[in-house]
Amino acid sequence: MQLARVIGAVVSTMKDRGLHGRKLLVLQPLAPAGSAAGRALVAVDAAGAGAGETVFFVRGREASFPFLPERVPTDASVVGIVDPRPPDAGAST
Amino acid sequence: MILAKVVGTVVATRKDERLVGAKLLLVQPMEPGGAPRGGHLVAVDTVDAGAGETVLVVGGSSARMAGELKETPVDAAIVGIVDSVEVTSGRG
Repeated sequence: MQLARVIGAVVSTMKDRGLHGRKLLVLQPLAPAGSAAGRALVAVDAAGAGAGETVFFVRGREASFPFLPERVPTDASVVGIVDPRPPDAGAST
Repeated sequence: MILAKVVGTVVATRKDERLVGAKLLLVQPMEPGGAPRGGHLVAVDTVDAGAGETVLVVGGSSARMAGELKETPVDAAIVGIVDSVEVTSGRG
């Protein structure tokens, strides 16, 4: 899988039956430090992700697995949302 | 999946028999912002897309999950016609 930031969404009314009711997110793949790493893509959301969140997504055939037994024709799916980093230990309160 | 613009059609009388009846469109992949990105693709259309439309293209073996393409030798299928793309933050 790969890290990415959710940078937008795609609206599509006329689409494959397997995509109906599915959220289509625009992702920007990230390097671990947070900088952009690779080309933006569109992925189906399987984790409840929203704009601005850091997520990880799976590519390829496995991207359809979160939705089985329903047949969803996707080659990229968001399968996890990265927890926000906790405040640094030792920060003053 | 990627976003792409339909720029033409591909007509091929001689082809694998599993592709007979498949509508083949020529698409130009694009950035979410609209700029062209990378080389053209031939994609099977499963949603009745037309020239000039922005579409959603699925690649790889997942392309065979679209429509009735189970055993068809395809690696790119159009699975949606895009109404709008909203990029709210970061690079697009």
